[in-house]
Amino acid sequence: MEAVPCRSVRHHQRASPRLIGLCRPRVAPLELSLRKLAPWVAFLPCDGAVMIHSLFLINASGDIFLEKHWKSENHGKGAVSRSVCDYFFEAQERASEAENVPPVISTPHHYLLSVYRHKIFFVAVIQTEVPPLFVIEFLHRVVDTFQDYFGVCSEVMIKDNVVVVYEVLEEMLDNGFPLATESNILKELIKPPTILRTVVNTITGSTNVGDQLPTGQLSVVPWRRTGVKYTNNEAYFDVIEEIDAIIDKSGSTITAEIQGVIDACVKLTGMPDLTLSFMNPRLLDDVSFHPCVRFKRWESERILSFIPPDGNFRLLSYHVSAQNLVAIPVYVKHNINFRDSSSLGRFEITVGPKQTMGKTIEGVMVTSQMPKGVLNMSLTPSQGTHIFDPVTKLLTWDVGKINPQKLPSLKGSMNLQAGTSKPDENPTINLQFKIQQLAISGLKVNRLDMYGEKYKPFKGIKYMTKAGKFQVRT
Amino acid sequence: GPQSQYYSISTREIFELKAELNSDKKEKKKEAVKKVIASMTVGKDVSALFPDVVNCMQTDNLELKKLVYLYLMNYAKSQPDMAIMAVNTFVKDCEDPNPLIRALAVRTMGCIRVDKITEYLCEPLRKCLKDEDPYVRKTAAVCVAKLHDINAQLVEDQGFLDTLKDLISDSNPMVVANAVAALSEIAESHPSSNLLDLNPQSINKLLTALNECTEWGQIFILDCLANYMPKDDREAQSICERVTPRLSHANSAVVLSAVKVLMKFMEMLSKDLDYYGTLLKKLAPPLVTLLSAEPELQYVALRNINLIVQKRPEILKHEMKVFFVKYNDPIYVKLEKLDIMIRLASQANIAQVLAELKEYATEVDVDFVRKAVRAIGRCAIKVEQSAERCVSTLLDLIQTKVNYVVQEAIVVIKDIFRKYPNKYESVIATLCENLDSLDEPEARAAMIWIVGEYAERIDNADELLESFLEGFHDESTQVQLQLLTAIVKLFLKKPTETQELVQQVLSLATQDSDNPDLRDRGYIYWRLLSTDPVAAKEVVLAEKPLISEETDLIEPTLLDELICYIGTLASVYHKPPSAFVEGSRGVVHKSLPPRTGMSPWVLVHEPLAYQEDLGPPVSGPPLAASSVQMGAVDLLGGGLDSLMGGSGFAAPGPAAPAAMGAPLGSGLGDLFDLTGGVGTLSGSYVAPKTVWLPAMKAKGLEISGTFSRQVGSISMDLVLTNKALQVMSDFAIQFNRNSFGLAPAAPLQVHAPLAPNQSVEISLPLNTVGSVMKMDPLNNLQVAVKNNIDVFYFSTLYPLHILFVEDGKMERQMFLATWKDIPNENEAQFQIKDCSLNAGDNVAEGSYKVLATQSSSK
Repeated sequence: MEAVPCRSVRHHQRASPRLIGLCRPRVAPLELSLRKLAPWVAFLPCDGAVMIHSLFLINASGDIFLEKHWKSENHGKGAVSRSVCDYFFEAQERASEAENVPPVISTPHHYLLSVYRHKIFFVAVIQTEVPPLFVIEFLHRVVDTFQDYFGVCSEVMIKDNVVVVYEVLEEMLDNGFPLATESNILKELIKPPTILRTVVNTITGSTNVGDQLPTGQLSVVPWRRTGVKYTNNEAYFDVIEEIDAIIDKSGSTITAEIQGVIDACVKLTGMPDLTLSFMNPRLLDDVSFHPCVRFKRWESERILSFIPPDGNFRLLSYHVSAQNLVAIPVYVKHNINFRDSSSLGRFEITVGPKQTMGKTIEGVMVTSQMPKGVLNMSLTPSQGTHIFDPVTKLLTWDVGKINPQKLPSLKGSMNLQAGTSKPDENPTINLQFKIQQLAISGLKVNRLDMYGEKYKPFKGIKYMTKAGKFQVRT
Repeated sequence: GPQSQYYSISTREIFELKAELNSDKKEKKKEAVKKVIASMTVGKDVSALFPDVVNCMQTDNLELKKLVYLYLMNYAKSQPDMAIMAVNTFVKDCEDPNPLIRALAVRTMGCIRVDKITEYLCEPLRKCLKDEDPYVRKTAAVCVAKLHDINAQLVEDQGFLDTLKDLISDSNPMVVANAVAALSEIAESHPSSNLLDLNPQSINKLLTALNECTEWGQIFILDCLANYMPKDDREAQSICERVTPRLSHANSAVVLSAVKVLMKFMEMLSKDLDYYGTLLKKLAPPLVTLLSAEPELQYVALRNINLIVQKRPEILKHEMKVFFVKYNDPIYVKLEKLDIMIRLASQANIAQVLAELKEYATEVDVDFVRKAVRAIGRCAIKVEQSAERCVSTLLDLIQTKVNYVVQEAIVVIKDIFRKYPNKYESVIATLCENLDSLDEPEARAAMIWIVGEYAERIDNADELLESFLEGFHDESTQVQLQLLTAIVKLFLKKPTETQELVQQVLSLATQDSDNPDLRDRGYIYWRLLSTDPVAAKEVVLAEKPLISEETDLIEPTLLDELICYIGTLASVYHKPPSAFVEGSRGVVHKSLPPRTGMSPWVLVHEPLAYQEDLGPPVSGPPLAASSVQMGAVDLLGGGLDSLMGGSGFAAPGPAAPAAMGAPLGSGLGDLFDLTGGVGTLSGSYVAPKTVWLPAMKAKGLEISGTFSRQVGSISMDLVLTNKALQVMSDFAIQFNRNSFGLAPAAPLQVHAPLAPNQSVEISLPLNTVGSVMKMDPLNNLQVAVKNNIDVFYFSTLYPLHILFVEDGKMERQMFLATWKDIPNENEAQFQIKDCSLNAGDNVAEGSYKVLATQSSSK
């Protein structure tokens, strides 16, 4: 048995990165001169059935490292050619940063819709009027699926598992109609690669592809497969809240909102029917549910009633925007001074706790994009470590925990470019932090009950508050 | 070259793969197919292995089968003869006991676009559409759409469309969703076909399936629901009630499709209804939530919210803060948020908005900073109470001396002067300090306009303007035109010191320039100044109309259409789908349902919100427009007359109608002559009546008719004939929106019930104040006629001449006013090349130019 299946695939792939890396040289689009005259929206043919024609995966340096076409031929015109990506590359070059590449790009005959995640652009080519959110949501789902399958979603991982990737994509979309997009179901159709399975497959000669119709596919609870069995029955719920806030110079709050989610990991045998109730459900007036949640029950009783999917899933996400409900747990005192005359500026920031309900703030990280005119900074932190990158002008201070008795501070001076006027823009301070065992909105789970099964499951609830986009202007 | 190397695969590799594909060992075969697929995914051409791969197809191993299918889909087209070899296996697989294999086979066959294979597909497809397993049925439903794309005729001949329609009543929600999706897709390429025949029963089925199918299915169903026209407000409300739970879905596409349905059907609900208010309140949270999604989703959401706030500002009026920009938002999100902030700005929140905008003006990204500065100006114009604050904010920004900030600030301050004349001139001194740093034409032009406009209050206005004159020929047209006007203004205000200056600029503009716009304007001023300085003063220094408040609202009919397209590409680009769907075949204009009270046959048209709000744009250079416009109004009288007469130019055109005394008339006369050629201007010609609605199609009601125009009024002359056996009564008529807003000016009056075999002649007066929507062809009119039996629809073409005034004459002022009223969106520009102009043409060109200020101001 000299050709072990998976090894031979690996072997093949070891050679392929070279080929993959050798991307086709960028050819300026032929239609360049024409395009200048063309209207800024592409003309789409109104026939044609497919929603997403093709998918290209492009890395940050502009190499296409995977392509998938759902429709290979269109009235003899042939598959969408790679050259359509030239329009994307142009936009990529124009954008100052990868994040700024516009998600909808029009070309003479197609639209390119893209998402940027894990340093990879997932670019869908569409040729008919398709709801763009449909496509973008789908692309995000593709990324989630890859992440779920391979642990990380990276160029290397995707290249290493190119056949599984291809099979999964084929399973996710048929002629532009999403088929199976729930990881749960997909994994029944195409098994994710694991070291264990490689060994088992080698010995038994079995395959990656399930030959049973996935049980969830058509049941009334399409998100859950039947016949689930566990020896330890557990249900864990994480209430995670992120605070997005903009704080102005003087320390007062301009906007503050909470993006909350309840993520669940449910490993329960059979068809359990759960109800989750809250001490203060009124907080949740802007909620998005997993399809499993019975909406009517929520509307009438404010109780979450659902048959959970098996494994990890997001039960709900919510949004609290009423200002008085959003407590701001930290404050930043700052004194950043660019002096007009001298080439030396002063820099001083202190971080302290504000409304923390007695909990500790940890994992504090301060970042700030300094103006171009700042050549270097010589700073001393009272705790933690800091770095200033003179090229990108990014100041990063890893603070750690905040001890209310001894507030962390970072002080020192900035070397400014001599002879130029003081920088126009004031740096914004970006804050990251974590508070364990606290949902800052005050949301509290009252109880979790299970019906439909006889065993007694282990139940756990965890709370956490984090900074989302938390910005302090100076 | 390296390219071909990349795409090709070495012969040695091919040879090795061939050997492995033909191996006896199953495992080896499978691995070989995997390698082939892997090569295919990176774009290598492995089509040479077609026969060998197809040989692996007959296998019990599902994974291998799938891989081979993948390969087949990719290469079948290039190897059609070989692909035929696969047909038998496909047909066999469609009968497999395993539903997964049946579905896979029918799905794959549909993806192979080879005619011969398509023929073999029909029978298996027919079986699969009626398969006992819903998984197979739902796959087969999609396959019909695929097949339709390959061979539409075949699908119709085989009766697959009917089977597909039946699947809408399937017991399984996923099958329903896929059938809807397939039908919608097919309908898109056949807009006339009545495939998705929606009625209360089928709507009910869709709404039931909506609750149970997957998120993607929900999108298809919601988009389909949005095309339905409820029969009354009660039905609209009941659909809305069943759709609102979708607003809480985690999938943003579902949410936005639900928003579309609600926004559309809301149009039918009376504002007094409690439910209307409830619905408004329910719409805000999901829209806000969309803004916490990934940035790409946010972008699409923001583009749509931009439409929604224009249509129904009350929904988000309290949510200003969620549109505040975070400094690490991607630039495309920032720009959209900014736009919506301005739309939501009001007296109540302006202080906060201004503070934000000021903050943004110090950010790094130049485009964003510019837009933020401009936004401050828009606030000043929109919210009068804030104007002073805005001006002082702008002055602060000018003090920063950041070049592009200063330039943007000056451009918007000019707009503020246009809106609030003689109020803020105290800032002019500060502006003048920055004269030297202005290098962008728009900013230079704005500054020059300001200096000219307030020349009497600026001591050294002549010096300032003179300094620009040195490099006159290097300036852009915009600046040249502005400089010309400004110096003329200066001259009229301070004639003694500036005679030399004005002569200099007039000669630069008329003698040394190739630009006809500039030359014409120069000549006009010159002539005007030399003939009648008093008139010149009245013309050039006349009071300008104030610029309007809202700057870039989308034109209301377009907005209404776009609301029907929420969530689509059209909504992202803010253009109707007709702007980017090739050919007109696929385009069906959608329109909002008319608001109804109790009956759907309310014949009164309620004007839509905003209809009156459109004004000239502020963001363009209105200064240029304004002065030309004034010039046009007054110059065309005496000034131009003598200019033309004096130069001995002959009026062009075959015969200048005597009715038009003004020299301008000759040009205009041509215009009207042209149109006159299309129809008849006499108004006496009436085409004979033709049958518009045969009795067969209307349960016995036959309608024939024609259009006529008499003494300024249009009418539709109808003959209604009852060919049924029962009496007809309760007639009513309604027009769909059309290109020229034709609408009945009175209800359809049939005084007595129409007995069998009786006819009645009616002349229905029409007006052109109805809602406008471009039709294709332009003169297409869709009509609905109701009687006690049913509602009938027909469409007809009306002759264009019924829209034209009899004498073709229009007062100058009225023409200009009418011209100005045409929204900028309706404008098309083209250049006439290689046209040698003689003296006569030149004059005509001149007068057209002056008339066409709307286009030159754009």
